[in-house]
Amino acid sequence: MKKLHLPLTDKEIRRLKAGDSVLLSGALYTARDAVHKILSGLIKNRKKLPIPIKGAVIYYTGPTPARKGRAVGACGPTTSARMDEFTPPLLAAGMRAMIGKGRRSEAVRQAIKKYGAVYFLAPAGCGALISEKITSVKLTAYRGLGPEAVYRFEVKDFPVVVGIDANGRDIFKRRS
Amino acid sequence: MRRVKAREIGRLVSGLCVEANVRLRPDVKAAVAAAVRREKGAGAKEALRMILKNADIARAEKIPICQDTGVAVVFAEIGQDVIITGGSLKRAIDNGVAEGYRKGRLRKSVVRSPLSRKNTNTNTPAVIHTEITPGDRVRICVMPKGFGSENKSVIRMLNPSDGEKGVADFVVEAAGNAGPEACPPFVLGVGIGGTFDYAAYLAKKALLRKVGSPNRDRRLYSLEKKILKSVNDLKIGPMGLGGNTTALGVSILSRATHIAGLPVAVNVNCHATRSACGAI
Repeated sequence: MKKLHLPLTDKEIRRLKAGDSVLLSGALYTARDAVHKILSGLIKNRKKLPIPIKGAVIYYTGPTPARKGRAVGACGPTTSARMDEFTPPLLAAGMRAMIGKGRRSEAVRQAIKKYGAVYFLAPAGCGALISEKITSVKLTAYRGLGPEAVYRFEVKDFPVVVGIDANGRDIFKRRS
Repeated sequence: MRRVKAREIGRLVSGLCVEANVRLRPDVKAAVAAAVRREKGAGAKEALRMILKNADIARAEKIPICQDTGVAVVFAEIGQDVIITGGSLKRAIDNGVAEGYRKGRLRKSVVRSPLSRKNTNTNTPAVIHTEITPGDRVRICVMPKGFGSENKSVIRMLNPSDGEKGVADFVVEAAGNAGPEACPPFVLGVGIGGTFDYAAYLAKKALLRKVGSPNRDRRLYSLEKKILKSVNDLKIGPMGLGGNTTALGVSILSRATHIAGLPVAVNVNCHATRSACGAI
């Protein structure tokens, strides 16, 4: 099992192959539907983003509230396809890795290939298991969105599988 | 006549919301464990083992099995000899859901309007199905319904002549289209007959039945087994990464319908098929 530390270098990203099992440690940002729409609008209007987008690792999740003494509640991946429309501009702006669930569009696969990025799959439906891999949580932006806000997660040994690699190989299809 | 306080119903609902989200149903857990044995591939086995480990962590740490703690779908069977006192049944159920989702640290995933999309921050209103039954008991089942799977649910008005094969093909097609996004292995609730809306209601109600339990109707049971095999032959596998287990079970509820109709609804559920029931 490959262990990688976030953020990932271009070399590390290019070495990954669809189907590889990886354990990720380091920092990532959460973002889903509402935030993706906001971020893509900011990029279009050349406004400043609330997170450092160059090299960013984005995890598509909306966690449950944390119990006392825990960093976070259940936080499994949400369906990535809903963010497809906004993904190519974020990749163009420097995002390098995404973690989610399910298939991506052809446009996203092409953009991942073009920008040398990677799409990881987190264990679908395993929100409790994944919460144990989050060591700290910091609310970073859009507090009013509640579970849809941007959080900075510190993760340790977060198990993922490469869904689409930098060569465009897609675990759910045979094409590149 | 028997008097039941609305507030007591609310309290029951509150507890069931938490239980359903934190404790994976034993029948579902058993079905996943059996599937581990049936899988040959290491990846498929590992995906299923993670699902079991996730359930253990959720129960031990009292965190939700899945972060999508869903819309609260409440099935309320009210005995017709019951008088509900101290407030409206609907408000009691909604208050119970709000309390359960607050105390249980569950996610508030409900927006007031499908168009303006402002979160209600209470996970209410609940979706409530009320049935008046004989007797003097109140029986409540709470089914948290996540939308990864709900969004893949479908309904079609078949021709009567499409028959069993038409029904089977439609369910298999639905499972194929649900894919990795709906978190396989699925539990498929199927409603046949009734009307457009009733078939959908039956499909969701069918998800309450224990996975692996036989259908009382022999013909439907045989159809369920046939469909389950065809769905598993799709080889979508656990988390869509390939394998023998694309569905844990198929459950069909059927109802009288019009001479010109054969409505079929498929309510897709994921491996976190969650519900909890109690009675007063």
